[in-house]
Amino acid sequence: MLLPVEELKTTLEQLLPGLTLTVENSVLVVPPAQLTGVARCLKDTERFRLDYLSNLAAIDYPPERIEVIYHLYSMAHKHGPVILKVKLPRENPTVESMVPVWRGAEFQEREAYDLYGVKFDGHPDLRRILMWDEFEGYPMRKDYKHEDQDALDGNPSGSAHA
Amino acid sequence: MATRQAPLMPESVLQSDVLEVNLGPQHPSTHGVFRMIASLDGETIVKLKPCFGYMHRNHEQIAEGITYIASFPYTDRLDYLCSMTNNFGLAVAIEKLGGIPISERGEYIRVIMAELTRLVNHTAVTGFLLNDMGAFGTPLLYAFREREKILDLFESASGSRMMCNYIRPGGVREDVTDAWLDRARGIVREYPRFLDEFEKLLRDNEIVRQRTQNVGVLPKDLAVSASITGPMLRATGVNYDIRKVDGYSIYPRFNFKVPLGSIGDVFDRYYVRVLEMRESLKILEQALKDIPKTSPHLSPKGQAMGKAPRTFKPAKGEAYGRIESPKGELGFFLVSDGTPRPYRYHVRAPSFINLTILEDMCLGHKVADAIVILGSVDIVLGEVDR
Repeated sequence: MLLPVEELKTTLEQLLPGLTLTVENSVLVVPPAQLTGVARCLKDTERFRLDYLSNLAAIDYPPERIEVIYHLYSMAHKHGPVILKVKLPRENPTVESMVPVWRGAEFQEREAYDLYGVKFDGHPDLRRILMWDEFEGYPMRKDYKHEDQDALDGNPSGSAHA
Repeated sequence: MATRQAPLMPESVLQSDVLEVNLGPQHPSTHGVFRMIASLDGETIVKLKPCFGYMHRNHEQIAEGITYIASFPYTDRLDYLCSMTNNFGLAVAIEKLGGIPISERGEYIRVIMAELTRLVNHTAVTGFLLNDMGAFGTPLLYAFREREKILDLFESASGSRMMCNYIRPGGVREDVTDAWLDRARGIVREYPRFLDEFEKLLRDNEIVRQRTQNVGVLPKDLAVSASITGPMLRATGVNYDIRKVDGYSIYPRFNFKVPLGSIGDVFDRYYVRVLEMRESLKILEQALKDIPKTSPHLSPKGQAMGKAPRTFKPAKGEAYGRIESPKGELGFFLVSDGTPRPYRYHVRAPSFINLTILEDMCLGHKVADAIVILGSVDIVLGEVDR
């Protein structure tokens, strides 16, 4: 069975000297520079064997930060999830790519790059994936302005769904 | 006087250029608007880049502008063959976020709908796969004939054949009648006959075997590392079915097996789906037998919806809910900031991620094989592009 998140934190800190993690609502917050080390350790240590990156998503918290969240499971031991999070500055958010660890990050990181502008260092092919190459801006950011923003703002029925 | 003719093409300079071919976006084999940029050496694929997003409508952004419940009709349009399981996935995530209790009868109806959807999807994808192999029309029509019977059931329960918009947090939108359950029992009874016929037509067919066996082999390790899920993963022999692993909803109550393949080629993917349909029929039989009777003390709405709140405003927090959709792990990641609308709404789309290793499977094969390999991945562009 997988350890509770507090014990997981202490175990990881013992295994990787110089690492400090924080726990927020059962999510492990990892310093961006140490993400690869933590990921490798979680994947390769027999006890964890978190060989499956299930989900990767970016979250925008203007004005200061963008978070990237990773949901990890183990197909070998059938346990999980372990949830990792990195907090990045909103100006030029950059984090190490997880593609060398989990190949499944390839398209998901491209999606986060495309829609949020998070740059993944070491990604083999970091291009836009859903929007077209010439597109400017990152449409999922909270302060993204639509082409027809004026029309939406001026139209009170724009919020009819709420 | 005869002069010696120069050879038409001296062998020393015979070179073949790598030719770049766009397969799609408008092509019947791509199942929608999907493009494969293939580099060909002769007819052999040396490089292949999938290119998509033609149907991108930023589903996630739409959902962040509306309430949680209002997103359900939009999820229908993700994987438009399996709207029931899409609703189910979102409902599971919302229930996790808000701690909503689920009505007992609603749980059974959900499982029945989810397994019927699996039948619909696997039947259709098998028909399409044969279409891709060149068996134009006939097997697909056989598959669609059966699929239509289940879609009729969906229509009478939800009002729509494909865009069902039926499952809700706490249960389902409307209760089903006893007559409906009897009709469903009838279809479940008849379905194995179709499967036998279909299987006989295909499994021992020499051409099908030649076209599928040892084509597009996916190694186990790569499949796990690339986050491949669903029948595609199980065809490589990895036993990972979220219905068993997470035991969400009431799946632990049912007795069913997880069919596995051995080498992960196109044939295994096809055959795992056929076997999965038989397991789904087992679950359906049990669920249709055990479904609790309607209680005279509850309104028809109350039977199916339980005590779910009509207006929904979860506390601050994050939740990731996942289910085993017919295509793989369908996950919804929700972040609530305490308002009626999600602060962040993310779809973990199985067919999007299953495309990661399309190139690895196609390298070294011929163009015609690439079409079959793509067909065996089972993508729906509504879900890939979102």
